[in-house]
Order: sequence, then structure tokens, then C-alpha cells
Amino acid sequence: MHKLVEIVAGITSGSTTATAVVEEHLARIKAREGEIHAFNLVTAEQARKDAAKIDEDVKAGKVVGALAGVPIALKDNMCTRGVETTCSSKILQGWKPPYDATVVTKLRNAGAVIVGKTNLDEFAMGSSTENSAFGPTKNPLDISRVPGGSSGGSAAAVSAGFVAASLGSDTGGSIRQPAALCGVVGVKPTYGTVSRYGLVAFASSLDQVGPFTSDVRDAATLLEVISGHDPMDSTSIPQPAASLVSVLDQGVKGMRIGRVTDLPEGCEPDVLERLEAAFDAMRNAGATIVDVKLPSLQYCLTAYYLIAPAEASSNLARYDGVRYGNRVDSADLNAMYAATRESGFGEEVKRRIMLGTYALSAGYFDAYYGKALKVRRLISDDFARAYQDVDVILTPTSPSTAFKFGSKTDNPLAMYLCDVFTIPTNLAGHPAMSVPFGVGSDSMPIGIQVLATTMGEQTMFKVAAELERAS
Amino acid sequence: MSDNTTLPNGWQLVVGLEVHVELATKTKMFSASTNRFGDEPNTNIDPVTLGLPGALPVLNKHAVELAMRIGLALNCKVQPCTFHRKNYFYPDLPKAYQITQYDHPLNVDGFLMLPGDVRIGIERAHLEEDTGKSTHFGGSSGRIHGSDYSLLDYNRAGVPLVEIVSRPDIRTSEQARQYVAELRAILLAVGASDAKMEEGSMRCDVNVSVHKAGTPFGTRCEIKNVNSIRSVGRAIDYEARRQVDLIESGGTVRQETRHWDDATGRTETLRTKEDADDYRYFLEPDLVPLVPEQSWIDQVRAELPVLPARRRNALAELCGVDKDGESAFVVVERGQDEYVVEVINCGGDPRRSVIYVQQAFAEQGPKPKVPARDLAALTILERDAKVTSTQAKTLLTDLIEAGGGDVVAMAAKRGFEALDTGALEAMVDAAIAAEPGAWQKYCAGEEKALGALVGAIMKSSKGKADGKAVTAILQSKRKK
Repeated sequence: MHKLVEIVAGITSGSTTATAVVEEHLARIKAREGEIHAFNLVTAEQARKDAAKIDEDVKAGKVVGALAGVPIALKDNMCTRGVETTCSSKILQGWKPPYDATVVTKLRNAGAVIVGKTNLDEFAMGSSTENSAFGPTKNPLDISRVPGGSSGGSAAAVSAGFVAASLGSDTGGSIRQPAALCGVVGVKPTYGTVSRYGLVAFASSLDQVGPFTSDVRDAATLLEVISGHDPMDSTSIPQPAASLVSVLDQGVKGMRIGRVTDLPEGCEPDVLERLEAAFDAMRNAGATIVDVKLPSLQYCLTAYYLIAPAEASSNLARYDGVRYGNRVDSADLNAMYAATRESGFGEEVKRRIMLGTYALSAGYFDAYYGKALKVRRLISDDFARAYQDVDVILTPTSPSTAFKFGSKTDNPLAMYLCDVFTIPTNLAGHPAMSVPFGVGSDSMPIGIQVLATTMGEQTMFKVAAELERAS
Repeated sequence: MSDNTTLPNGWQLVVGLEVHVELATKTKMFSASTNRFGDEPNTNIDPVTLGLPGALPVLNKHAVELAMRIGLALNCKVQPCTFHRKNYFYPDLPKAYQITQYDHPLNVDGFLMLPGDVRIGIERAHLEEDTGKSTHFGGSSGRIHGSDYSLLDYNRAGVPLVEIVSRPDIRTSEQARQYVAELRAILLAVGASDAKMEEGSMRCDVNVSVHKAGTPFGTRCEIKNVNSIRSVGRAIDYEARRQVDLIESGGTVRQETRHWDDATGRTETLRTKEDADDYRYFLEPDLVPLVPEQSWIDQVRAELPVLPARRRNALAELCGVDKDGESAFVVVERGQDEYVVEVINCGGDPRRSVIYVQQAFAEQGPKPKVPARDLAALTILERDAKVTSTQAKTLLTDLIEAGGGDVVAMAAKRGFEALDTGALEAMVDAAIAAEPGAWQKYCAGEEKALGALVGAIMKSSKGKADGKAVTAILQSKRKK
């Protein structure tokens, strides 16, 4: 499928033009965006201009970038200079950042054509995009179902063919879960691999930017472009981007693949069946399956829903209607703050601000936030032990296939359970990616998650490529 | 120690100081915005300063180095440290949290010596960022509540600060003043800050409590808005008396933050402990731990200048003045001690050299224009009684105005010549004869009458008589 790779090859070889490619994608957007609502904003005119510039450069024989002419969408929580960035929240509606996120700069420098900003659960808090203030995104494979979240718009945009690739952010599974539900590849890199500068923060110690693509090779190509040290992000790892495309054909012969024996319950049978098929495929490709235990896995969800809201409560305190975004005028300053935040934030965001504020409060800190940090250490220790015996671990990405709209909105806890397999890697800072691996009895895609240790992207991509070949 | 801080009935004062200093870096604590006082409002800003969504802090290495200089100059241990978020909501705090250091500060466990070998412990000296500046218009209090509108200047937001926290080792308001003065001298000497209290680049919060010897410390009040060294003393004296009066009249001191009003000379409640914010401190996830390498610490230590106390001691010993006295303090604070040494090396009279420089070189900076050898020559003229001290002062003014010159020629031009003792005695006798009333009063112990007699002699000598010598002759004649 290699959509991204083929586009670059076609444009640089002259068999097509960036303009033709962007028009083709804009046409698809025009045809289906009305029902899908993947985008908060489509920047068609700018995309056409950027494509024309690529075509000029190609014609002039100039060296073009690794993503020359590739139509790409950005999750609407990445700052784009002069282009509205909303986080799908009313409180940021109308805000045009005066600067580009580092990933945006890297994409532009590589010749990518940015087509628009995609929908998300407000401030990336959710697993279905139903928490967007601007309405949900539909799953392009079945519009009665959610695309997953929070990066649902980015996943849907790739799945619907609106763009060749997109960027999302993953705090507890927000790239991998929608990738699984929409049948595309989604990668959460090692924390610190991709710069967070210009990514509007949800939970700073967990947030990481990563790609959505149609296949593994495209994902490797895009991740190589956006990775690498950024002096503007103090948590960025001071190492150059790892070479990923070069390892894709190396296979998994001799590799040790971990099977978690104490996986949390609640997975649909179809999903577990595909997981077993994935192990079979690995065995057939020459790998060994090794049982591992991750005893702290059962506490991760609870720990995550203390740590992430705690950081969010701090990160979101700045939205007061004074300097940017929406303001609701009132009699006095305090009333203005209250009215702005009351109408500006949705229910889920308010819930997490409350949870997080409480978890950090004097007298409760040790019992909640403090204990959650201990779990975070424990799960890292569990992983460290497991990775002495295995090279990667395979789990389901999501306990279920894409669910129907409204089926979990009344029960936040049921929604939180969507992230049970994805959260542990965020807590540990490890890389993980979701690869489509067949469908369930509802014909909806199932994703297998490949987990690796810190900076283990090369190994992770080898396994992902093998899974893809077997699917 | 000092009269005005002596409390009644055995009450004893306990003071601890929290001093914030803005560091003299080119850029801000966590961004490349310019750090400069007095610029047009909201010109030194960027996404980080304004706390725009997505912006991230990057630690300023020079700020760390200056903070290390402060720590090392205060005999602190410099250690691996972390940053925390202190969450509170106020319009001049763009992110709604301040990045500061909490349980692992950069500098810990130091001390500062005051005159009389008084040792004041330094608990910590940690890095943090400053807030923006709010100015409230309308209303009576000058504070946000009740004002019509407020203007915000974010130029100061994100300026690097070091907060220096003393232990509660200060026992008098005089010591508190000395502490602030000494700290300021150190900050200037190591080049960490311009430490201008009037511009707010050095700010003091004063913790005051009272107790009786042998009993636990009393409840403390924190006093804010103390903006000069003089105010430090006044605020402490007022607050100590307030607390003693309160306790003695049957009340109890509440733990609270109080506001010092320099105009009325009083402190008033700003907020009580119950209203205090819950800052919800947690580790700042956007920064990594700061682990200064030992080689860096060693280098900063090696590059530290000689500190004011040692310079004062050296100067005092060389010149024969009090090491804790005004002249040593002032000359070292102005950085003119090296110049004084140069004057002495040119043969200058040591004591006169330092006192001349203290009294007449306030506007001169560390490298005065007057060549050291010329000033040395003047001290010798006076020491050898070639000119009187009064004449020497005139010549000193001439010398500074001319930017140097041959003082012997200058003295001649002014017609200065010292009078020998015989001539002087004759003049004194003449004055006694001319002012018999004054002389009688003086002999009766009325010291004020001395002025009339000395004045008459100065007049008849056309200013050439040495005032001190004349007084000495008059005193010896009175004893007879």
C-alpha cells in the first residue's frame, strides 16, 4: 500500500505531481468529509500553494525532502503559525498560535503538504472523539461507530484516504487505539523521541507525538522525519533519529516475543483470537514465544487516571479567557474567569481537572498522586524484568473493535477501560505501535500492539513489519 | 545590641529573611526573551514567557551558574536538584504555576557572617522564575480588589530569581539590616545581580516572631513589601512591638502574611493562614533534574572573586580602621579598595587614604580618575602638617575636579601653608581676648561656646589654621 512512499517516489520521478496528489485527496475530502468530520479545519488553499511550490522545485531539479508532496493532517492540538489551533475546545476557539510546533516545522522542511487540522476529544481527553466540542468524528469503515480517540480525526483521515498520513498525540493510547479501530498503523514513540514543543499539553510526562499511516513502511518513513533531538524540549532525548526503514525487511527469526500471562480481563474473544494468530505468525516466521508476567499491569489504569488528570489540572489552569481563546464577559474579573471556564470546557475536561486538583491537594497528595507515582515505578520495573527475557511484547491494542456512538458515554469508567492495554507503555515511557491484524465478527478491524523497551523502535518495527506481512 | 530593638519584659526577637534576587542574565530563566528592567511593557516576551499553549521551558545555563556563585559565596553545598510547579492563580502568572525548586534546591546549608562574628545560617538558595508585574488602577488600596482595572507587564515574567532563605538566626533589627546589606554586597561582588531594592531586583520578605529565652519560638508573621534596608529595620521593630503588645494584652499572634506600609510605618494583615493557597506542588514534568557536574562547581568556585568580608578585613588591617566600620564597608562596596591599596603603595598615609576615598569618591566608581600618586601626595601633605585637615579637604575637592595634579602646586596656588604652633597659640590668645564672653562660657563647661572661638581664629588665620589643633590648644588652656 505504501501510500506515502509511493507518493514521494511518484512526485520525485515525475510520474505525478504534488498538485495532482493534493487535488486527488481534496476531492476525497470533499466527497466524504461531510459525513466523517475528520477535520476541524481544511487548509485547502495553503495546501495547493505548498504543492505548487514542490512541483516548481521538482521541475527546477532542486533536491526535495523525504515527504515531498505528501498530504498530511495534523491533530488539532499541534500549534500551527497563524492557523487556528483549538484542541476541539471552545475555550481555544479562534486562537491562532504565533509559532509552529517543532514537528510542524520538520514536516514543512521535509516537503509535506499540510492539508488541515483534525478533530479530537477535547484536549485529547477521551477514547472516541465524542468529547469534541465540535461534534464527533465517524469511523470511515462504519459511520455508526466511533473512530476511537483521542486522535480519532487523524486516524479517520488516513483510513478514509483524506491524507496519506497524519500526526496524532498519545498520552494513554490516543494514537494506538484509534489506529486499531480505524484499521491503520499508529505509533507512539519512546517518550522524548519526538519533540513536544508546540504540542498543547494534556499530561506532559506522558504526551508523545506519533504518526498514523496506511502501513508500517510509511510509518517508519514519517517517524524518521519527525524524530530527533530538539533543544526547545528539555525532555527530548539528545540522540539523532533512529534508522527504521532500513530494518523493515530483517524479519524476526530468533527473536523472543513476549506473551503476557496476566493480561487484564475484559477482552472480546475475537480480539484474543487475533492475538493468538499473531503469536502463530511470529512462530512461523522463526520467533520464539516466551511467557512474561507484568503483575503491576492491573494498577496502571488507576495510576494513569491520577497522574494524567493531575498534570492536566496544572496544564489547563492557564485558560482563563484573558490572553487568548474564548472569553465570556461578566460583571467582574472572577465572574469572567468562572463563566469562561464554565462554558469553555466540556464535561470530561472538567471532570479531569477536578480529579487532578483533588489528587494533588494537601492531605491527599500521598494517598493518590504519590501512590500513583509508585505504581509508575513498579510497572517500569515489571517491564525491565520482562525485557530481560523477551525482545518485544504483543498485546491487543484495544479490548474491543470500534464501538457504537453513545455506548460508553454514560459511563466514564467503561470508556477509561478502552486504554487498559495502551496506558502501561505511556507510564513507562516506552514505544508501542498498533498494526492492523484482521477483523472481528463485526467486520471491524482489530489491531495488535507491539511493545518494546525504551529506544527499542528498530526491534518494534521489525516485528510490526512481520505482522503486516502475515496479516 | 541596638537600643531600638530592645523589647520589654525579657521578650526576644527572632527573625528569618527570605530574599529574592533577580539574576543578571541576558535572557530569561526558561526562554530566549531579553531580561532587562525598564523596557517598554510587553516587549520582552515570547510563547514561553506568555505561557502560550504548547510552549516549553528550557533552563538557562547562565542562570544556574549565577545561582551557583551565590550558593558558593554563601558557603552552601551545591547539589543535584529538581524543579517543581507551584500552582496558583493570579493574572501576572501566565501559566498559572510558577516553576520553582521545592524539596531538592540547588544550594543548601550555608551561612553568612555578620560583624561581631555573628553567624546567620542559610537554609537554601534556590532557583525560580519571577512573575509579571501588575499595576492596579482605581480603588483605594492599590491592590487588585476594588480596583477599576489592572495593567499587566510580562517583561518581568520568567526573569530568573534566586530565593535566599536564612535560618531564624537573626536576633535584632540591626542584624537584619546588616544581613541584607552584607548579602547585597556579596551579590554585587559575585556579579549575580544588580541587587537594586528600589527597582525590585532585590526584595525582602521578613519573618518575625517573639518569645522569651528558654521557651519555643513564637508564632511568626511574614511581612511583605519591605523595599529598602531601612524599611527592613523599621518593619521588624514595628512588628515585634505589635506582637509583644498583643501577647501582653492577652491576645495571641496568628500566623499570617502582613503588608508593610512604609508611609504609615505599620504592618497590616494581608492574608491569614486559613486563606493561604494550596500550591499543589509536583515535579515539573517539562524539565529534567539538574545535576551540576563537580568539575563545573569547582570551576565556578575557583572563579569566585574575593568576597567583601575578606576584602574589608584586608583593607581594615592595611589602613588601621575598624573592619566592621563604615569606611571599610563603603569603600569595598564601591569596589575602590584596590584603588586605596594603590594609593598606599604610592606612599599614601593608610588611614587618610581610605577615609579620603570613603568621603570624597562616592561618584567615582571602582577606578577613580585621580591618579593614586596624587592622592597619596595629598595624604602626606596633611600627615606632615604641611596643610591643615580643612585645607586638605579643599585640595581634595580641587584634585577631583581637575582629575589629578600636583597637590603641592595646588596648595601653593591656594596660598595654603600650615601655621606653626607658636603662631597658632598667639592667634588663640588673641581670640580669647576678643571674645571674653565666649571664653567664660566655654570655661564654665558650655561646649557650644567653642564654636565662636574657633570661628574667630579661622577668620583671623584666613582659614589656614587647623581646626583640630586650635581645639586642642583651647582645651588645654581651659584645663589650666
